[in-house]
Amino acid sequence: MIAKRTFDAVIVGGGGAGLRAALQMARADLKVAVLSKVFPTRSHTVSAQGGITAALGNVSEDDWHWHMYDTVKGSDYLGDQDAIEFMCRNAASAVYELEHMGLPFSRLANGKIYQRQFGGQSKHFGGEQAVRTCAAADRTGHALLHTLYQRNIAARTQFFEEFFALDLVRDAEGYVLGVVALEIESGEPMLFESRVTLLATGGGARIFRHSTNAHINSGDGLGMVLRAGLPLEDMEFWQFHPTGIPEVGSLITEGVRGEGGYLLNKDNEKFMVRYAPNAKDLASRDVVSRAIAQEILAGRGCGPHGDYVLLKIDHIGADKIKERLPGIRELSMQFAGVDPCEAPIPVTPTAHYMMGGIPTNLRGQVVAPERYGPEEAVPGLYAVGECACVSVHGANRLGGNSLLDLVVFGRAAGDHAIEYLRENPFPRALPGDSVAASLARLARWERPTGTERVPQLRAEMQRILQEHCGVYRRADLLEAGIAKLGGVEARLADAYVEDRSKVFNTARLEALELENLLPVARATLVSALARTESRGAHSREDYPARDDDRWLRHTLYTRAADQLDYKPVRLKPLTVETFQPQERTY
Amino acid sequence: MRFRIYRYDPESGARPRMQDYEIAFDPAGKKVLDALIAIKEQQDESLAFRRSCREGVCGSDGLNINGVNSLACVTALAGLKEPIEIRPLPRLAVIRDLVVDMGQFYRHYRAVKPYLINLDPEPESERLQSPAQRAELDGLYECILCGCCTTACPSFWWNPDKFLGPAALLQAYRFVADSRDQAADERLDYLEDPYRLFRCHGIMNCVEVCPKGLNPTAAIGKIKTLLVKRSL
Repeated sequence: MIAKRTFDAVIVGGGGAGLRAALQMARADLKVAVLSKVFPTRSHTVSAQGGITAALGNVSEDDWHWHMYDTVKGSDYLGDQDAIEFMCRNAASAVYELEHMGLPFSRLANGKIYQRQFGGQSKHFGGEQAVRTCAAADRTGHALLHTLYQRNIAARTQFFEEFFALDLVRDAEGYVLGVVALEIESGEPMLFESRVTLLATGGGARIFRHSTNAHINSGDGLGMVLRAGLPLEDMEFWQFHPTGIPEVGSLITEGVRGEGGYLLNKDNEKFMVRYAPNAKDLASRDVVSRAIAQEILAGRGCGPHGDYVLLKIDHIGADKIKERLPGIRELSMQFAGVDPCEAPIPVTPTAHYMMGGIPTNLRGQVVAPERYGPEEAVPGLYAVGECACVSVHGANRLGGNSLLDLVVFGRAAGDHAIEYLRENPFPRALPGDSVAASLARLARWERPTGTERVPQLRAEMQRILQEHCGVYRRADLLEAGIAKLGGVEARLADAYVEDRSKVFNTARLEALELENLLPVARATLVSALARTESRGAHSREDYPARDDDRWLRHTLYTRAADQLDYKPVRLKPLTVETFQPQERTY
Repeated sequence: MRFRIYRYDPESGARPRMQDYEIAFDPAGKKVLDALIAIKEQQDESLAFRRSCREGVCGSDGLNINGVNSLACVTALAGLKEPIEIRPLPRLAVIRDLVVDMGQFYRHYRAVKPYLINLDPEPESERLQSPAQRAELDGLYECILCGCCTTACPSFWWNPDKFLGPAALLQAYRFVADSRDQAADERLDYLEDPYRLFRCHGIMNCVEVCPKGLNPTAAIGKIKTLLVKRSL
């Protein structure tokens, strides 16, 4: 029998979402454990740059309802309007709360929180540009993550740093009773028994070759959920950020354009005006990424291979750049060899964010079509943040809405879990075989020989997704991608890890991560092939139009036989009128 | 390119050793982390190191590279003398290869109460802070807790259990300097100690190695000034 620890709640993931939920529960005097495969401040939230969106109205008149309209439109009407209303209504209080916690926001002359323009933001339901994104220079994610970690220190949250979660523990009635995890330092498995399990494991854009994501973003929670027989929602929707540094992938915030930067092609033309005559460079990310891809395809890209465009910002002056975009200047000099105070930054669309994920309701409860309907809560299981699909981002996320998603739904899930724990005061009996599947997975990598290596298979998967499921998709490309991925999956059976030591064995860890990445990649390709329309970030060359009659619905992918189910978009908000789907132009 | 890398396998019973690697690798535009990953993927998967963001903001991969503490992911290969010698951060217990036990470092961080203390009722909107007050936090809040500074500090080497080290002291001052914080006196009381603070002798190794260009020595100087001021 393996070692066991017991808590009221176990949170998997120490990024913004997990830490916000942990804080809520720890303040309610619950026994909370946060498991994280890295020390919490190494989580990918730390890389978020531009800001967190809330209609504070500090710079110009604003209203949460306008923010809601922009988010619904940005989602290409696939976002659930009840969840979007909930997020936008709660945005200001969530940001004020972060400020009270100590987050060092940049400030306006009157002492209020600094706000900047971001893409897809408008006043009066589609009118002029709003100024809505709250920022701590261009290090907002870093400031947010460290602040939440610091508050959790004060709240005495218990951290299990460098623990890698393997699988959910579920009983026959479907209750989730905890997780099995691997202590990375000792190499020993451990069972965490808890009445609430909350997944906050972040995204998985490492399925792509070129990604803004950290190495750690391997979709671990998604793999756990699929292995538990639960579905993933809307996995065809991946955001390609318009401005990643070519090859390296590092993100250059939309805030650069928010502060006055613009894109140029090789002819020195401000080409965005042709694609989005009103919003231009501050159109929605899917629109800007497609525009860049079109310019590159038309031979107007820059550089020896014509495979990037330029982002110019030097005209706002070195002082402003150093004050408002210091991190961008640092990244640009380190990874593109360019000082943006003097020359434009080379950029190209880069896989960035997963709009889909583990389906939840707006209390963070994981929902699945189990017995009675598509929205039935899985008892004891929650998911928050990029790993979850609530769905506020729909087919395309607006910049500044991801940090907001983390804190609004982190808090909501924490609150609901507190209620759930009150109503379910006694632990249920663990099933006899609760750790068997995880131990079998670990044992599988003890096998001394094989023919395939993990880094090789991972690289092939990343190349397949990059080539077959990028900014533009097509049936034949996707079908070929699925066939190729099948080959990689088959070879996984012959993969082995030579290093069978226990202590801090990172080769084994990468093998376990690949077991999460591959099903995420498959869910993506299968869901993308089935959706025969173009909506938000999912652009089908063979189906260029949005098709609301057939496709105004969410995809649900289940691993067994690549099963696809669908559920309707929740068009009815909580209190306000529905924003009816309209043609989407910027 | 040639590398000499510190290896330690706690399960083998063998002493730590330096291992040579040679790998065909074009250093143009590449960082030390790229080379470590290439070595791990192509030659020796048993080589253990931490990494996450690969862009200098998460602080996972602080290492001693050719004798200087730095982040592997932002240290350019071009210009480094070969063989490039890579060791774990100094003075911390090694768990395996380049992976060190950061426990002591994190305990010092927690000891300075690195969170805002303000017992007033919370206003409905934000607490106000002027741009000048906020500017006091620049050069402090950006710390990524990589440990490069603290493990480069001789005072930390001599008294790792008692001297808080530059990273924790920088964070201590980050909250003393915050116009919204009300616990400056309590914080200064804790720091007024021959070891916790006053083992800093202004050697400034911390300033030299900080990958984010921060200046812990200056922050420590400001704490000392505040201590002197309040004793007058």
